[in-house]
Amino acid sequence: MLELLHQVFTDYTLRNVALGSALLGVVGGVLGAFAMLRRQSLLGDVLAHAALPGICLAFILTGSKQPLLLLLGGGLAGWLASLAVLAVLRHTRLPEDSALGVMLSSFFGFGVALLTFIQHSNNANQAGLDQFIFGQAATIVASDVLAFVGLGGVALFTVGLFYKEFKLLSFDPDYAQSLGLPVRGLGTLLTSLTVLAVMVGLQTVGVVLMAAMLIAPAAAARQWTDRLSALIGLAALFGALAGVSGALLSATRDNLPTGPLVILCISAILLVSLFLAPLRGLVWAWLRDRQNRRRIYLERLLLDAHLLHNHAVLTPQTLAQHRRESLSAAERELRMLQAWGWLEASSTGYALTPTGHAKAHELEAAMRVGAKAPGGP
Amino acid sequence: MTAHSTTDAQPPLSVRDLTVVYHEKPVLWDIDWEVPAGRLCAIVGPNGAGKSTLLKAVLGLLPRASGQVWFFGKTLAQARARIAYVPQRGTVDWDFPTSVLDVVMMGLYGRLGWFKRPGAPEREAALRCLEQVSMQALAHRQIAQLSGGQQQRVFLARALAQNADLYFMDEPFAGVDAVTEEAILRVLHQLKQQGKTVVVVHHDLETVRAYFDHLTLLNVQVIASGPMEATFTPENLKRTYGERMTGASLPMAPSG
Amino acid sequence: MNADLVIIVTAILVSAASALLGTFLVLRRMALLSDAIAHAVLPGIVLAYWLTGGERASLPALLGASAAGLLTVSLVEWLSRTGKVKNDAAIGIVFPALFSLGVLAVSLYFRNVHLDMDAVLYGEIAYAPFNTHPVGGLEVPESWLVMGSLFLLNLGFVLLFYKELKLATFDAGLAAALGFAPGALHYALMALVSITSVGAFQSVGAILIVAFLIVPPATAFLLTRRLPVMIGLALGVGVVSSLVGYGLAIWLDASIAGMMATVAGLCFALAFLFAPQEGYLSRWLRRKRERLEVAARLLVAHLAHHDRAVPEPEALEEFGWNPRFLQQVKDRAVQQGWLEVVAEGLRPTPAGLAISRGRLVPEG
Repeated sequence: MLELLHQVFTDYTLRNVALGSALLGVVGGVLGAFAMLRRQSLLGDVLAHAALPGICLAFILTGSKQPLLLLLGGGLAGWLASLAVLAVLRHTRLPEDSALGVMLSSFFGFGVALLTFIQHSNNANQAGLDQFIFGQAATIVASDVLAFVGLGGVALFTVGLFYKEFKLLSFDPDYAQSLGLPVRGLGTLLTSLTVLAVMVGLQTVGVVLMAAMLIAPAAAARQWTDRLSALIGLAALFGALAGVSGALLSATRDNLPTGPLVILCISAILLVSLFLAPLRGLVWAWLRDRQNRRRIYLERLLLDAHLLHNHAVLTPQTLAQHRRESLSAAERELRMLQAWGWLEASSTGYALTPTGHAKAHELEAAMRVGAKAPGGP
Repeated sequence: MTAHSTTDAQPPLSVRDLTVVYHEKPVLWDIDWEVPAGRLCAIVGPNGAGKSTLLKAVLGLLPRASGQVWFFGKTLAQARARIAYVPQRGTVDWDFPTSVLDVVMMGLYGRLGWFKRPGAPEREAALRCLEQVSMQALAHRQIAQLSGGQQQRVFLARALAQNADLYFMDEPFAGVDAVTEEAILRVLHQLKQQGKTVVVVHHDLETVRAYFDHLTLLNVQVIASGPMEATFTPENLKRTYGERMTGASLPMAPSG
Repeated sequence: MNADLVIIVTAILVSAASALLGTFLVLRRMALLSDAIAHAVLPGIVLAYWLTGGERASLPALLGASAAGLLTVSLVEWLSRTGKVKNDAAIGIVFPALFSLGVLAVSLYFRNVHLDMDAVLYGEIAYAPFNTHPVGGLEVPESWLVMGSLFLLNLGFVLLFYKELKLATFDAGLAAALGFAPGALHYALMALVSITSVGAFQSVGAILIVAFLIVPPATAFLLTRRLPVMIGLALGVGVVSSLVGYGLAIWLDASIAGMMATVAGLCFALAFLFAPQEGYLSRWLRRKRERLEVAARLLVAHLAHHDRAVPEPEALEEFGWNPRFLQQVKDRAVQQGWLEVVAEGLRPTPAGLAISRGRLVPEG
């Protein structure tokens, strides 16, 4: 691993690969954050899949494999697909998910048809077009990185310029319009910037899996923060981390598509965030829940013991009968209460200690207040 | 000064021949409507009467089939800075990653203009508005942690930050707690004292007379509009809500 | 047996089996869940090939593969239930991860074996004539057997549970109250989508199956509002795109599955533009007509307030319309017999006065 890191700074190819994928991560993370907040995560999926026919058409029309040209073709097709989705939503009652699914699969199907058409036409120049399907980081050269810097730079600069407006647009579009903001224009602008992010990712991750580079970094970042600026920063960081590690992993072996590796890296980051993020981590929620349940269980047990102690005798037999459970369970529970210092052994069986009494009275008082509350003013 | 007073001789809101068609059906029909300055005006009507639609159409949030709207005798674009809008709180995702103070500062975005970021003066102004709705203690809370009433007060504070002359509020009293209801009323009266005009979509006939001094009864058309005492009559209410609604279910019969 | 026939029948069986399920996916707003399932069965399929030795996967292994589809559904539902991630984002997170696992496994272990990247992308329906299976002395194409049984399975499911599906689709709450189990039905549907995706994988690949599941029913959705008609039309669109797509693919020497998906997309575009009720064109015409109708009533109602004829410039200013639109509105109102144009301007006829006094809001 250290050797790999060393190579990033010395090896020409590896440096380009790392730079290209880091850029993808940053741009995808930032634009994906807005897409997620506007509930348009899957529009990114359509955009990316729809880029395939654009790439192929650009090649057929120009016969050139100049990456920037192909990316432009891809971006244009993606942009058209997103317009088509919006048109279908505006003019028909077709549900949104179906509109997305239709555009995604028809554009992609057309792309596959074009791709195979090119492959079968014996054009010696065609080799390598299929790298856009799952990405092939090793093919990224310095001029590509420069193109990415251009595309990504435009996207990030525009987000910085309109940050405040994009934030308001994502949160409350109606209110934004009441302030006089051109919400439809801003929405189109944001979608167009997402197209730029997709273009940056086509060579690295490819059209099929690009969506995850828009969705997963933002979803992971959301678990760590409640502030938009921090969310965007973290999404960019997570995206870059996944991009670089995925691309480097794929460069360790021949013929390893980059896309799946990058996606697995970002999925791992997301999984860790979902479970362990300090703010919303599922593990912490689960632990809190368990603790609560255990506390309630113990309190109920103490109240039962208190009842028996006051009105009968407290022995494993009576407790087991009262709680309708096995004798061994009752014995275990009594030992547990004893360990907490709420019970002590007595001549007839068990008796509550002064702390046990105090705790039981406290709980009873709390329950009386709790029972009264709904009837209160 | 003279120029200013001539503009304000115009009513804050004047609507002529407004018709809105949705899915090829008219939801607002030929609305002629005027709101006088300095009033607290309630829009009341049955479900589906087009109350929220009226606000949105007036504010240009919905396309209108016909009609003209003037604010202080000017067009919407010219008068934009003098108008504030409080949408229904259910229209946004409260899980959005932002703080209470941030939301209130959004009210200042119009004045800030493009490319400028809110800074310390905006922060101060937003805090003062939060104070007016007794929410300053929660300024740095994430908005998902607020109760429904607190969310409503945040929206109100955001509109206050706009420092407008004409306020539109869509169902601000819907489903809020007593504290919030009191806070909204306090703000309404402050605004009235400052000579501002407030138009509120309201759903509760029980409270409408106590809270407002001007009334517009709406059911696709404007049924009646004018000062509260003259407009809140059994005949007008019947014409608005239909014959099914008898006197027993209407809280009228002036008691004092 | 004729190779063309084998391929075309296979394609029609794939379309038909998919369209039957797709209709309910579109109506139940689960189109993208099926997209996720189709992507996510890939690791299951890879595993099935691996377990059965790499050359050919056995039927039980393939059935097991469809479990990956159900796993996706449960994962997505679990993720959105935690409330940490919205439902659409959950879909967009789960399937790329599972699909990545599958692609990686293919490129690591199955290079140049029976499973390759092209097969993942667009299947190998062109090879369907080469895989046959003896049935009662006849060599029957394997794809016919697989897709034929899947078609019958899906058909049986839809016929058997038609009432329940219809109810659960249009009113899940009522269905539960009546004692049907919408949850069980939902998972049964998802299981069938998974199995169909696995079965169709060999023919059309992991991604394009979505075009067969979603596009024909979505096209049918634009053409009708009645469920049985929608199912029929979805089947029809599927068959047409199979036939035309195959022809185009042969002519252009391109991927058959890709071309069929393209033609299905074109069918959708045609329906979007020209559907008699929902189409863009007829909606546009209808909206224009109805806007004129509303405006004409509005104009007449407004004129009724005046006791003299109103000059046109005055009406123009009143409504903020442009002269061309006023002309159209005028024509419409005159045509309806509501309005007469006199020297001094516009004046309502008795009929016009009657409608402006009567119900102002026309029924849609």
